[in-house]
Amino acid sequence: MYRKRTLLKLPVRYYLCAMNQSVSVLLFGITRELVGQSKLTCPLPAAARVSDLLDALKTQYPRLGDLKSLLVAVNNEYAEPDTRITSTDEIALIPPVSGG
Amino acid sequence: MISITSDPIDFGPAFTYLQTAEAGALDFFFGVVRDNTNAKAVEHLEYEAYDAMAISEMQKIADEATRRWQVLRYVIIHRKGELRIGEVAVLIGVATPHRADAFDACRYIIDTIKQTVPIWKKEFFSDGDMWVNATP
Repeated sequence: MYRKRTLLKLPVRYYLCAMNQSVSVLLFGITRELVGQSKLTCPLPAAARVSDLLDALKTQYPRLGDLKSLLVAVNNEYAEPDTRITSTDEIALIPPVSGG
Repeated sequence: MISITSDPIDFGPAFTYLQTAEAGALDFFFGVVRDNTNAKAVEHLEYEAYDAMAISEMQKIADEATRRWQVLRYVIIHRKGELRIGEVAVLIGVATPHRADAFDACRYIIDTIKQTVPIWKKEFFSDGDMWVNATP
């Protein structure tokens, strides 16, 4: 019983980490220039969240960490750090906006 | 009416669209390309947009403005691509029965666009360029 409860406390993504996926990420403005392309592909665990994507990208492209803010949009909506993402989602990095 | 365009913004159709018999007030805001930023000369600007999401975010803003004030009709047009000094980058137009709502709704729309809509502006100077507001 004790063992079972301990197991259940682990986030689901730890059970699924063997199942990898690749997500496509659209890049605009300064993120497009820092990365040097308008779209990139990032391998992630199957149950990855927005925060996992940001961690992976900031590791691979450290200058993304210099931005005032860096948000993620999933299917045209601002996403929270714990939002789940899959390869079928339309994902985009949103650096600080400056329209108007 | 909400759109993003690479072409110069035409005020005429926006004005015509807002005219409705119940509207006693039409308020417009033109955001125009200025020739300087922090006393530094700007040569031109470039705007880049995540079109689909930008439209959807502008729709949310228009919906909220319509919820808060008695907005009969609205127009939001944002330009993208390369813009020269003096060109219109954004046009907001609001039609309401009375003027107070028109001023308030128009100001709310432009102020909120600047905070949430995924559009980015790059300033070009004689000695380089910079994405506005991107880095500390």
